[in-house]
Order: sequence, then structure tokens, then C-alpha cells
Amino acid sequence: MARKDKSPQGSAAKGSDVSRRKFMAGAALTGAATAASAQVQAATAPVAETAATPLRLPSALRPNAHMAAAETGTPRELAKAVGPDGSDFMVDVIKTMNIDYVCSNPASSFRALHESLIDYGGNKKPEFITCTHEETSVAMGHGYFKATGKPLLMLCHGTVGLQHATMAIYNAWCDRVPVICIGGNDLDAAYRAPGVPTYHSAQDINAIVRDYTKWDDQPVSLQHFAQSFVRAYKIAMTPPHEPVAIALDLGLQQEPVRAHERETLYIPKYVPTAPPQADGAAVKEAARLLVNAERPVIVADRAARTANGMKLLVELAETLQAPVIDQRARMNMPNTHYLNQTERTAALISNADTIIGLELGDYWATVNAFIDNGHGGLGVNEARIKPGTKLISISSMALITKANYQDFQRFQSLDIDMAGDAEATLPALIEAVKAAISSDRRAAMEKRGEALRKARAEAHERTKAAAAVAWDASPISTARLSAEIYAQIKDFDFSLVSSANVSGWPNRLWRMEKHHSWLGGSGGAGQGYSAPAAIGAALGNRDIGGRFSVSIQADGDLMYTPGALWTAARHKIPILSVMHNNRGYHQEVMHVQRLANRRNRVAALGMDRSPIGTSIENPDIDYASLAKSMGYWSAGPIKDPAELGGTLKRAVEVVKSGQPAFVDVWTQPR
Amino acid sequence: MKSRSVVIGLAAFAAGLVLGQASAVAASAEKGKSAFLQHGCWQCHGYQGQGGVTGPKLAPNPIPFDTLSNFVRTTNRAMPPFSKDILSDEDLADIYAYLQAIPKGLDPSSIPLLNP
Repeated sequence: MARKDKSPQGSAAKGSDVSRRKFMAGAALTGAATAASAQVQAATAPVAETAATPLRLPSALRPNAHMAAAETGTPRELAKAVGPDGSDFMVDVIKTMNIDYVCSNPASSFRALHESLIDYGGNKKPEFITCTHEETSVAMGHGYFKATGKPLLMLCHGTVGLQHATMAIYNAWCDRVPVICIGGNDLDAAYRAPGVPTYHSAQDINAIVRDYTKWDDQPVSLQHFAQSFVRAYKIAMTPPHEPVAIALDLGLQQEPVRAHERETLYIPKYVPTAPPQADGAAVKEAARLLVNAERPVIVADRAARTANGMKLLVELAETLQAPVIDQRARMNMPNTHYLNQTERTAALISNADTIIGLELGDYWATVNAFIDNGHGGLGVNEARIKPGTKLISISSMALITKANYQDFQRFQSLDIDMAGDAEATLPALIEAVKAAISSDRRAAMEKRGEALRKARAEAHERTKAAAAVAWDASPISTARLSAEIYAQIKDFDFSLVSSANVSGWPNRLWRMEKHHSWLGGSGGAGQGYSAPAAIGAALGNRDIGGRFSVSIQADGDLMYTPGALWTAARHKIPILSVMHNNRGYHQEVMHVQRLANRRNRVAALGMDRSPIGTSIENPDIDYASLAKSMGYWSAGPIKDPAELGGTLKRAVEVVKSGQPAFVDVWTQPR
Repeated sequence: MKSRSVVIGLAAFAAGLVLGQASAVAASAEKGKSAFLQHGCWQCHGYQGQGGVTGPKLAPNPIPFDTLSNFVRTTNRAMPPFSKDILSDEDLADIYAYLQAIPKGLDPSSIPLLNP
């Protein structure tokens, strides 16, 4: 696109190298233009009137020769401005942040930055990852962060590309994951190319993501970009982590560094911001309540941001001898620890006298139930806790609450509500708890701990008994599916990078003791997360080394972003994807059935005994062939549980060789 | 339905005998399996009634028929009620026969994969 090299008169101005921005830069530098080339003079000369041309009055006075030269000519001083390219400087800025990858579907609105990244920057730190959809770009960054703790960069067209990306950005927002999004945009309406490039430009591209990004900006100079990028990184990486967006003008990317900036441009130093901690007095009061409680319960959702967060949660639980309910948005608590009592959630919540919630996505639903039934179709709200139960919260959500999207969930009144990062606050809370424990309370806690140890053992036996039901069923039970996968990976340092809704069996049956054993879900439950996020996480696990990435992939989810499979094959990202192929949008299967019952009507069934519009059958999708076409080793569909173990074993060997593998399995609904 | 009693079928494939207030209805596990699918029971409870995160286990060893029937007709919990207009007494009896016919599962201690 040579739009800035052309005047509206077309070929007459070719070769003039006139740029409005260059001109303005030169003018700002010198205060006046001094000369104009002959070509430009020719381009701006009045068009001779002919007999065939009707006489028209000009809408404005034509400039005199001096003005014309000033408006259109190339000042001599501008020649000095030709030097480092603006987008090269941007790459210099980006490289200071040690970002490993840039995930992107290519687009003209960031072509200059793209070229600089691969040619000037050597395609290293960041390395370009070719994605087939912007949703994939963001979701890969989503998964990558949860595996490594490092953010990725994604580049997209500022309009249509960002529109594609929005759902994945919303997922990252709900899941509190940083992704740095840069959208190309061509602001200068007078000089951008007409047609498609103008369709792909907007005044304010970030408007569509402002409700679910933590910060955004549209820099108008290179120095501005440097400040914006470092600030964006800093804001995204300060808990609560969230995505950020930068709109990047194409003109700014393409132009050389302005003369007046060449001696003054600098890259701001990045210094991480310490995460916010809860108020000290509130922490002490919370500790007092917890120590004196007879039946305290710790509930953790996004509490453990890091492996150290897990250790701190274990220390808090052991100090209190209190049960932990892991809501699993992160790997908060080893599932083998006797104080991990997640399987007893209902009983623990209903009997608790004090509950502390750590970074809960939905405190209300933790202590209340919504029954989607009765009350004329409105549903029923019920308290799950005893009256008088003390409720404590440590959460950073209060620091970022916005109005439009309802990710803040229902309002829950609390007895102690601390705005702060839970992991950062845990050391102070543990210290306060230890200080508050008297000898008699210590004895009571130890007794409680013994009872919890016994209760957990019994609960685990019930879990195994439940898993054994329908063990040999076909379609294959989700418990059997999970157990068969585990049998093949249990000796590895595995990382379950994503999972479909398989009744939580991996978290209930597998031995998960490390922070990366389980990476949590999408956050916003937007479809299309699982495949690309799993691949992004597998990319991170590959680079860390020694980790085996496995994903349990939902069928409906995959069909949103199947192109992510090609990216995994293209970039040699080893991952075992096992399809939980229940051949339907199963949540919706149940929703439509529910409404039919509520209205006392028989649900109109399709060919597959599911309400019309909810099944993915007839024709059945051949996912193994789909994956193979993208470059995967693949197998399936597996319908006989007896065939599953051997197939998975072969797939594991492929993954160990450094390639992605895919096994399609026909499963029970949940 | 509360006054109904259930005669458990003897064969794994066949049958129970559900006695209605006015008439006796022979329940069929085979028909029950079809009704179990047609009326969407599988959606939350699995094709073999094994249960999951969305619905409790129904089989093997289903709860007493009266309890099940009363719940199906009047539930105000997570499961939506099924009136007789959309699930007949006969179909419900057949479904129960199907649940009864589902054989008892394996002892979890005998499954190596559950005891790694």
C-alpha cells in the first residue's frame, strides 16, 4: 500500500515521496518549507481549461506558488528525517518486555510492525505464531499465561480482527488473564487507501473492548507508543491481571522516526507493581473469626496465581485445620491433601459457621443456590448456609469492577470484605492466624483435622464407586475416559491444560499436586476457548520443558476454532487432545428440555432424540480426519472402551516425539 | 401414583409389573430404554442412568418407584417436573423397569484404573 506516495491527481505525483506527516514533521522542525521539486510543482499546477470543460468557480482560492510548495513539497530538511523506521523502534520497545510470542492473523493495518518484527527483530522475542482466527490468537495467549505466568502479544486488524477477538478477550477478562492486544488502525482519512482499508479503520477501535479490558490507549507518536506499551504491560501484569488494548496507527508504524525525536526517544524502564494487599486490621479480624470458628471453611477459586499461592493456601489450611473447597478456576490446592474436601462441598457449606472466600468468581452462588425451576418460571433462590454464618472475602475484583458486563455476579453481603489480592495477602493472614491461636483452640483444631482426614478418605471411596458405574458403557463414560487418559500420563509431569465438562472426573480421580497440573477453565464460558487456549498452554509447557500437555476437548467448542489445530501442527506444539464427543451442545440440550417441561409440552426432537437445534449429529463430524487434515496424528472415533487404552498409548508416543495428537472418543453426555 | 406398587421384573431384559390404581400395566425394560432416551432422561443422568455433575445416579439399584414417581411428577428442584401430559404413567413404569434391569456395576476395587 503506497497510499502516502500518491496525491489525488494520481501518476503525476508519483515519486514525489510526499507525506503529509513527513511534511508536518519537517515543518515543525524548520518552521518553513524552503523548496519544492519540479514534480510536485507539476502535480499542483492548475489544470488548463478547455472548450469541453465548463467553467466552474473554485470552492476555494488556489494557493500561490509559495503556499503550494509549503503544502505539498518536500522540505530539504526532511531528507534528514529518513532513518530508523517507526515500527522498528516499536520492536525495540516490545523486545524490552521479553515477550516470547506474538500470536496473529496477518493484516495490512499492522503490516509495518509485522515486517519489523520478523525482519528487523529477527522473529525472536517475540516469535510470530501464525493463527487462523483472532479468537485463537487471544485464547493462545490466555492459555500460555496460565502455563507460564508470562503474557503474550496478539496483533489484529483494529476493526474486523478485533471484532473476531472480542469473545476471547472477554473470556480472558472474566478469567483475569493478561493478554496484550494491539489493533492496527489507519487514522488519517485523507491519506489512507479507500475501500477495504477504510472499512477497516475507525475513530476508536478499542471502544468495543473497553468494557472488558483493564486499560487501552491510542498513541499518536513513537514516544507515546513507548509509554503506552510499557504502561499496558505493567497494568496487565499487576493483579488483578487483565487484558489491555493498544490501537496502533498505521501511519505511525510506517513513517521514519521523526527528526526531532531521534535524539530524544527513550524506552521507559519497566518495574513491576507490587500486588495490592488487604487492609491489615481487616486481616487480623478475619484471622480472629477463623481461629475461633468451630466449622470454618476455606473456599478458593482464583486464589493461587502461582505455585507459591498453592503452598500458602496449604499452610493456611493446615494452620487452621480447616477444609478447603477448590472451585478450580486455578489449581489452588493439591487434590491429594486430606484438607482438600471439594467432594464434600454441599455438606461443608451448609454446616459452616465461618467461610472465607479467596478470589471467588461468584460468592453469592457459593453460599446460595439458584434452582432453575418453579416460581412461575423465574426460578428459586435459596440460602445454602445457616443464619449467622460469618462470611469473609479477600478479592481483587472490587478493584476492577465495571458496569456493563455482569461478570461481577450477584451482590453478596459480607461480614469482612477485603479488597486486595488473595495470594499477596495470605502471608499476612497466616501470620495473624498463628498469632491468634491459643492452646485450647490448637487442640480443637487438631481434633477437627483428624475428623476431616477420615471424611476425605470416605469421600474418595464414594468417588471411585461413582466412577465405576457404567464402566463398560458405550458411548464411553466420562469417568472411564478420564481414567484411561490418566493411566497413560500418570508417570509424566502432566498438565491438564483444558477440559470439557466431564463431571470433573480428572480433578476427582487424577493425582494433581502441582500448580500446572490443572489450568482452569475459560472464565467467561465463551465457546471456542478450549482448543486454542490448550495449544497456547502447551506452547508454554513445551518451552518450559518436561511437561506433558493434555486436553479434554469438547466437540462443540472445537468447531468454533478448529483452525487452532493447524497452528499447533505448524509450530510443532506437542499436545494430546482427547475429544469428549457427546455429539451435541449439551448444555442447550438440557435447557430446551427444561423449557419444554416447564411449558408442559413434549420437546420436538430431531433425528437424534435431542431437541431440534442442539445436536451435532447426522452427519457425524469426523474429527479425526479434521485433525489429520491440519497436520495432527489422529485416531477415532473410539466407541468401545476396550479400544481406548491402546489408542491413547499410541497417541502419547506421538506427543512425546514433539508432535500434536488427537483422539476422538464418543462419550456419554457428561 | 403414590398408591402404586412395583413388582420387579425377573429377567434383566424384561420386566416389572406396575400396578395402577385401576389397572395393572406390564412394564417393559426394552420400551423403558426407548422412553428413557425419548424423554431426555439421558441428558442429565447418562444413557445408563449412571449420573454425573448434572444429575444423580439412577441405576443400578434405583430408588423405590413411589419415591421416583413422586419426584418426577412434582419436583421443584433442579430437575424440571414431567407431567402425565408429556410422560405417561406407562412410559414412567417402563423407564423404571429399564433402570431396574441395568446390572450392578463393577466393584471399584476390582478396576485397576481406579486404583493407580
